[in-house]
Amino acid sequence: MTSRRLILTLLAVVTGALLLAPVASADLLTPESGGSPNADDIDTLYKFVLAVAFVVFVGVEGVLLYSVIKFKARKGAVPAQIRGNTRLEIGWTVGAAVILVVLATLTFVKLDDIRNPPPSGANGLQLADTSRRLPPNGKSLNICVNGQQYIWRYTYAQDCKAGKNLGAPFSYEEMVVPVDTTVTLDIGSQDVAHSWWIPKLGGKFDAIPGYTNHTWFKVPGKFGTKPGGTVFFGQCAELCGRNHANMTARVRAVSVQEYQRWIDQRKADIKSAEDQAALLRRKLEGSTANSQPAGPAAAGQNPARPGDASDTTNPQP
Amino acid sequence: MAATVEAPATTVAPVPQVVARKVEGPPTGWTSWVTTTDHKRIGIMYLVLTFAFFILGGVEALLIRLQLAVPNNDLLTPQTYNQLFTMHGTTMIFLFVVPVMAGFGNYFVPLMIGARDMAFPKLNALSFWLLCAGGLVFYASIFFSPPECGWTCYSPLSDTTYLPSGGVDAWIFLIHLTGLSSLVGAVNFYATIANMRAPGMGWGRLPLFVWAILTYAVLLILALPVIAAAVTLLLTDRHFGTHFYDASNGGSPLLWQHLFWFFGHPEVYIMVLPGFGIISEVLPVFARKPIFGYKAIAAATLVIAFLGLLVWAHHMFTTPSPSLVLIFFMMSSFLIAVPTGVKIFNWVATLWRGTITYTTSLLFAVGFIATFLVGGITGIFVAVFPIDWQLHDTYFVVAHFHYVLMGGAVFTIFSGLYYWFPKMTGRLMSEPLGKASFWLMLIGFHVTFLVQHSAGMEGMPRRIYEYSDVNDLAILNLISTIGAFILGVGILLTLINVLISVKRGPIAGPDPWKANTLEWFTSSPPPVNNFDAVPRIRSVEPMKDIRRQIVAQTGAAEPAYMTAMEAGRLAGDGHGGASR
Repeated sequence: MTSRRLILTLLAVVTGALLLAPVASADLLTPESGGSPNADDIDTLYKFVLAVAFVVFVGVEGVLLYSVIKFKARKGAVPAQIRGNTRLEIGWTVGAAVILVVLATLTFVKLDDIRNPPPSGANGLQLADTSRRLPPNGKSLNICVNGQQYIWRYTYAQDCKAGKNLGAPFSYEEMVVPVDTTVTLDIGSQDVAHSWWIPKLGGKFDAIPGYTNHTWFKVPGKFGTKPGGTVFFGQCAELCGRNHANMTARVRAVSVQEYQRWIDQRKADIKSAEDQAALLRRKLEGSTANSQPAGPAAAGQNPARPGDASDTTNPQP
Repeated sequence: MAATVEAPATTVAPVPQVVARKVEGPPTGWTSWVTTTDHKRIGIMYLVLTFAFFILGGVEALLIRLQLAVPNNDLLTPQTYNQLFTMHGTTMIFLFVVPVMAGFGNYFVPLMIGARDMAFPKLNALSFWLLCAGGLVFYASIFFSPPECGWTCYSPLSDTTYLPSGGVDAWIFLIHLTGLSSLVGAVNFYATIANMRAPGMGWGRLPLFVWAILTYAVLLILALPVIAAAVTLLLTDRHFGTHFYDASNGGSPLLWQHLFWFFGHPEVYIMVLPGFGIISEVLPVFARKPIFGYKAIAAATLVIAFLGLLVWAHHMFTTPSPSLVLIFFMMSSFLIAVPTGVKIFNWVATLWRGTITYTTSLLFAVGFIATFLVGGITGIFVAVFPIDWQLHDTYFVVAHFHYVLMGGAVFTIFSGLYYWFPKMTGRLMSEPLGKASFWLMLIGFHVTFLVQHSAGMEGMPRRIYEYSDVNDLAILNLISTIGAFILGVGILLTLINVLISVKRGPIAGPDPWKANTLEWFTSSPPPVNNFDAVPRIRSVEPMKDIRRQIVAQTGAAEPAYMTAMEAGRLAGDGHGGASR
């Protein structure tokens, strides 16, 4: 076998091996997807770009390899003293620009679907109106995502401003959501920059203190059929300190009924914890061990009784 | 009536004036190096220092890859790991790639334009010593507390609330010192190229490497003041009570990101454009035909530099930014692909129908084109911002930038090293060792970084000291680590090659490659004054004109195709050239 054919065969084998091995396993050549339409749309867009990229790659590398092998110096060979070819150069400049116009167009075609959430499905949770980038019917289940070193906190409330959702249900690290429901996220941080990312549910969005970032996902109904639902994994994707590698996140997608039960249980747990704390406070304030005079909020008064100007105590003279 | 002036009766020859009582010998000893202002000596010092940092940065990389070789590894603590990738990135960018280009530029720009030295020789020395100081201050931090914020050192993590130790301050100090070094050097390059070109060398006859260094200088001048401002604001936030980046007091972490990347993106073009210039010099010499599309390549260099100032927020696609911002920066990032593509096509066309000699320098140049193309293509993926929402801050991006910076800029540096070593030392490097180094580096590089694209797509973020054994991450990372060591051995071979060739390489003579540009007109190494006489420049390939003129004037036969090859001083192909 001539050395040239040997080189070509070797190259074909190595390239083939490099390509076939990962293709055998999904998601080695494309980003994760499957948990939400926006992730699937990103995946589709990626595949278009991959197709174009593959053609460009094979074309240019092919010509390069061909040149390097075919035009090796040999006895008697004379190099062509070409300084340029205006038509060719204009041609390939325009060609490159056209390819990019095509890619930009494809991006804009897909962009709306990626950014704008669809309405919840008929089998999803039926919701109230909210005020963020919303599906056409204006309704979504809103969850506030808060990043801190090194754990994610989720507050299940419509309003994510500080102080507005003190009694709302919350969870750490694992977010529970109903399937077939448009979930919108308000993403923020209380210390350094973090980034919220569950690959199968879409792209990542940075959690920057002082800003609120927004995204959405909608998990297809099939993921909620078994009890316990389906868990999607992710983690923080912006260096946030020493334990950045372990700032994991999970989204557990369950059936609507299971979600309702869970959220009611959380509300009940919070209420019972608050009631027990109120009981303890009354006990402490009523005992003589505490020398502070009893205020109007003592002796069993409900601090949220309508008509109170405020619930801060006014020390009795 | 007009008075006439009479010529003197006899002509008297002018009396020679004695202007020196003593001729100094060339300076010797280590003090002569410390006090030198000769651009060639400064160039060599740059090369030695930057390659030393390259080795340090490489060791840091190997430690990182050892930690990531298996899931849930505990070889390094999280703190050490975070310090390592910060040191690695910062070293490679500020202490290797950017200054090594200045090193080559320092040595070869005056030679290529027929000048005696740089415009400001003392300023040139200052540049080098500022670089040295910056590197020393930065590496001194390893004895105390190296920075842990990554080379991008984002706020608020870099604030004293979260990183109180002096590491970030050492990093700030490095930015200022190396920034000043580069800025001063940039002014020097610009003044030299604008003013000191040989007679006949108009802008249309400037070697493409010199065009590249000129562009590098302009970008440095535009970008460095911004990072200097950014890190100064960080310094005052950390120690003097300001709140520029502190959201809870009216500042913004996004301000840091915008300022940093306004510098950071041009920085990557600063790193790669001189490398493009080296390739544009090397390919025509070893394909034995002129560069294809000289004007297009020069214009593309300028266009890339200009557009490079307009793409910075493509590093910020996942931040809470308005749609208009995302769309604008996607389109500008697309646009910059056009002149870059033009360059790649022109380089391939330079090889087309040439007669190619596979010296190590050429192999690195071809390996560069093949590898950089992949990096450029993956750049298109991340330029599409919805796709970037999945790929940002993952190993896909790590793979992308190593393809363009390592497979890109570093391969051009090695190509330039093998090409210009004979000029700097008077000796050729070993071709068999060089070829072995090339193949190990090429294979090692691709084994290391190709699989990282997949790791990123399977959900592996950047800058994590450990990862779980999910999907294929374990095998992908193991492959990557093995590749890193192959790459390391390849680099080591070139280092060994340099060390043995300096003493025992075959003598090169002034023009071992039969090259095109003026540096090959003088001896190897050049004398202190570079040229005794500078020829008039008549084209972009002055050496070809000189050879043609010699043949015409002396009637001598056309010199042998490859003098050094024929004389058996170059191992390898041993193909025949034109016989005498």
